[in-house]
Amino acid sequence: MSEKNPEIGDSKATGAADKSATEPQARAKRELVAQDAGSASGLAGSGLHAHLDQVLVPHAPAEAPVVTVRKGMWGPGSGSGDTSGFQGMTRVIELGGQVTPPFGGWFDDVADRIAELVPHFASRVMVWRGDITFFVPRDKLLEVAKVLRDDPALRFEVCMSVSGVHYPEMIGEELHSVYNLLSFTHNRRICLEVTCPDDDRHIPSLVSVYPMVNYHERETWDMFGIIYDGHPALTRILMPDDWVGHPQRKDYPLGGIPVEYKGAVVPPPDERRSYQA
Amino acid sequence: MSEQTKRSAGVPGAEDVFAVPGEPIADQAYLSAGADWDQIIESQRERADEIIVVNLGPQHPSTHGVMRLVLEMDGETVMSCRPGIGFLHTGIEKNSEYRTWTQGSTFFTRMNYVGGIHNEAAYSLAVDKLLDITDEIPRRGNQLRVLAMETNRIASHLTAVGANCLELGATSPQEVGLRERERILEFTEALTGLRMNNAYIRPGGVQNDMPDDGIDLLDELIKQLRINVPEIALFMLDNPIFKARTQGVGVLDLSTCMMFGMTGPVLRSTGYPWDLRKTQPYLGYDHYEFDVCTETSADAYGRFKIRCDEMMESLRILEQVRDELAESQGEPYRIQDPALEWPSELTVGADGQGNSNEHIKHIMGESMEALIYHFKKVTEGFKVPAGQVYMAIEGPAGELAAHLVSDGGTRPYRAHMRDPGFNHVQALPIMSEGAMLSDLLMALASLDPVMGGVDR
Repeated sequence: MSEKNPEIGDSKATGAADKSATEPQARAKRELVAQDAGSASGLAGSGLHAHLDQVLVPHAPAEAPVVTVRKGMWGPGSGSGDTSGFQGMTRVIELGGQVTPPFGGWFDDVADRIAELVPHFASRVMVWRGDITFFVPRDKLLEVAKVLRDDPALRFEVCMSVSGVHYPEMIGEELHSVYNLLSFTHNRRICLEVTCPDDDRHIPSLVSVYPMVNYHERETWDMFGIIYDGHPALTRILMPDDWVGHPQRKDYPLGGIPVEYKGAVVPPPDERRSYQA
Repeated sequence: MSEQTKRSAGVPGAEDVFAVPGEPIADQAYLSAGADWDQIIESQRERADEIIVVNLGPQHPSTHGVMRLVLEMDGETVMSCRPGIGFLHTGIEKNSEYRTWTQGSTFFTRMNYVGGIHNEAAYSLAVDKLLDITDEIPRRGNQLRVLAMETNRIASHLTAVGANCLELGATSPQEVGLRERERILEFTEALTGLRMNNAYIRPGGVQNDMPDDGIDLLDELIKQLRINVPEIALFMLDNPIFKARTQGVGVLDLSTCMMFGMTGPVLRSTGYPWDLRKTQPYLGYDHYEFDVCTETSADAYGRFKIRCDEMMESLRILEQVRDELAESQGEPYRIQDPALEWPSELTVGADGQGNSNEHIKHIMGESMEALIYHFKKVTEGFKVPAGQVYMAIEGPAGELAAHLVSDGGTRPYRAHMRDPGFNHVQALPIMSEGAMLSDLLMALASLDPVMGGVDR
């Protein structure tokens, strides 16, 4: 297509890093409630971020996570060959936005304060479209969440949403749990992302810190099979209690039957030829 | 006491009439049909302190759709409440992974079907954010989005307050609510071609421009709503029965709201003026004049009043959008980018919504390339850079947000909707345990969950 939609292979880290300098500041201007944010800790005016070099764990960040490697123009579809002429093309698809400190704007205030309280809390940081995501090792999740909730300079009172993502081709970190935190006090949002391998699907539950994630974690267990250790009642919530499997995993088929109409047969959606390339 | 009465009044030790022949007696079956009241009361007296389990729903009319509440009742008092949801789970999130980004609007509007346009908006704004085109949407596109959303907010609130009254046994306010909602649905039909499940707000803008008489229809709609919507508040807010049933019921103070991540009218009923349209503006909401409605009673009455007030604030926004739309007449209503915009003009004709005749003539009779291009755009869609975003808007019931992940392809890799109803239902036990059964229904109504959105 046009240069409007560059493949992420071209634009990943560099483009996003440039953005990170401007977008958070533009966003910070729109904040209405941020008045006495920094005064509690004396961070906002200081401009000093002494702990930014302790944000990442040692030897981090690793290379940007590879979602998949694509060949040709057509996705795996109804079995018809790729006649596009591009079947030899190979592309590596990576998630966009991996950055190293500094992150720009108030992102640095937040990252610096967390690093001061919990050094080396992130294995990877992404800034994408004006939002920041910290990849937190699962053994540090509870500690980081507690700090995020309680520290006056951070004060992320609410975990708004928990959402699972299944990346079957990211070996060793197939299952992701994405937490979106909101600070009413500072009018900020950040995102935490925790990964676990498919053969050890355990992530500590955040219910003890953020009680509102109770249903959200149950849904993510239901749909992805991530076991949230310490959850008070990790049972299915949307699917029937006796359901087998976790439907939103990528290895779970969509289901559906072929539909015949006036002699022609339309295959179910997941078996149609796709242009997912 | 005759033999008949003995059995029906359920004397302990009587045979288990529900057991399969030969099955050991599992529990005491109590029947209370066919006896005089004093006999029934006498026979039940010895187990008056017993806690019974009541299944409210899933098909109970007071539970806003198919929702099951497992209640432990001591008399009329709710000892414990366990919501059971999922009866309306339709797999929309999984399905949308097999459709193009544009088709996502069609899926997402079906989640919370009462406030459907807000689902489309949350989804479409998230796709805009992934594409990094938020600032490139023409102003008329954003104005039409605001128009559709605010009319839809009034329709959703009318349903919420009307159903709330109906659960009290007050049918007239629901009639007013349905009557006024009908006006809005007729306007929505003129604007989008459909009454519900509109798929009107799309990535990059909206699906079609206003009809030629759109401003006149909007003027008439605003005029009628200004006259009629306040009727519900006039009926109810000073009514002593309504006050007795809702004041001090379903109380959630500010710290409890924070604990449960409550947003929308529930949070604002504690006096905290949190409205994403003001605090984290999108679609140019920051330049419309409107007030964030708050109450301090933190109860079902306060939430009802907030919904009544918010409808009037939405009307204020509609009046401002009306002037802006009159000014921006003829301007583009979706992004001007051939890679992203829908190839055809959609219009609403006498037989419903469809492609414009000019476009059909062009692709079928004049330009083969235009036909190929149309076909490619409609079947393949457009590509979205790989990455993930979280985009939140102020839905009628609270924070409505889409979490989208793209793998650089033409379809979502993962699409998740954070529906406020799903989050709010988990606060129902703390609102209702220790209260009367009738209070539980008011607490539920004050949350305004729509099961299509809760279960998705």
